[in-house]
Amino acid sequence: MHESFNLDAAFTAMADPTRRAILARLAKGEATVMQLTKPFEMTQPAISQHLKVLEDAGLIAQRVDGTKRPRRLAKAGIDAMDQWLGMLRKALEKNYDRLDEVLADMEQHKKGAKR
Amino acid sequence: MSRLTLKTEGDTHIIVTRRFAAPPEAVYRAHTDPKLIQKWMLGPEGWTMPVCINEAKPGGKFRYEWTNAKGQGFHITGEFLELTPYSRIVHVERMHLPDPTPENHVETKFEPDGAGTLMTMRMTLPDAATRAAMLKTGMEHGMEASYVRLEGII
Repeated sequence: MHESFNLDAAFTAMADPTRRAILARLAKGEATVMQLTKPFEMTQPAISQHLKVLEDAGLIAQRVDGTKRPRRLAKAGIDAMDQWLGMLRKALEKNYDRLDEVLADMEQHKKGAKR
Repeated sequence: MSRLTLKTEGDTHIIVTRRFAAPPEAVYRAHTDPKLIQKWMLGPEGWTMPVCINEAKPGGKFRYEWTNAKGQGFHITGEFLELTPYSRIVHVERMHLPDPTPENHVETKFEPDGAGTLMTMRMTLPDAATRAAMLKTGMEHGMEASYVRLEGII
């Protein structure tokens, strides 16, 4: 099940530095809006707006704790992000495989030039 | 079988190693000559690097722009801090998405390894949270991949 995860929304959500910082903070554990507002020199409504974008993208989730609504990273979001890390690794491998070919061509050229 | 290793170290580092069959001089050139960089630093299939500006000297700037057939794109800018032919490159870079990401400090070493080269790339992010964010968003180092390019694959 993909829950509410939406790649385009996640992409848009993560294009903002404040939202990336919020995700980094939540990677360390859940936090309330109050706790999230503190380090950012932003108003609580501004932070709440960012949280809504992250939540709509399926990257974070909230639970009810009395009057508080602590936020945490959502499983779908974490899985997707882990997947990205795997993708990154693949992209790197792809690059270096190409570089192997470039290097082989350079070697070929050198030999050709010497002749 | 992969010859690539990718791991984190301490709170702020990411280390990538890779072995190549060519000598350090060739691998170094492939990392500093724009015409060569454009042939391989492309990430997943379907992306090209139409702009590759690179002044490979201390204080020199570089700018790499990527695009795909859907018209999506992003770019990286950076500055070279130290260059020791053909063994070491130190630079800083940031990715523009379009907001710039925090700076990534990258040291790339090329050491002789038999007839080939062992490349070790050591990336240093400003703090643990930034590295976590980069890892989590797949933007880990800004040099070869980003979630922009990954978008088409998932």
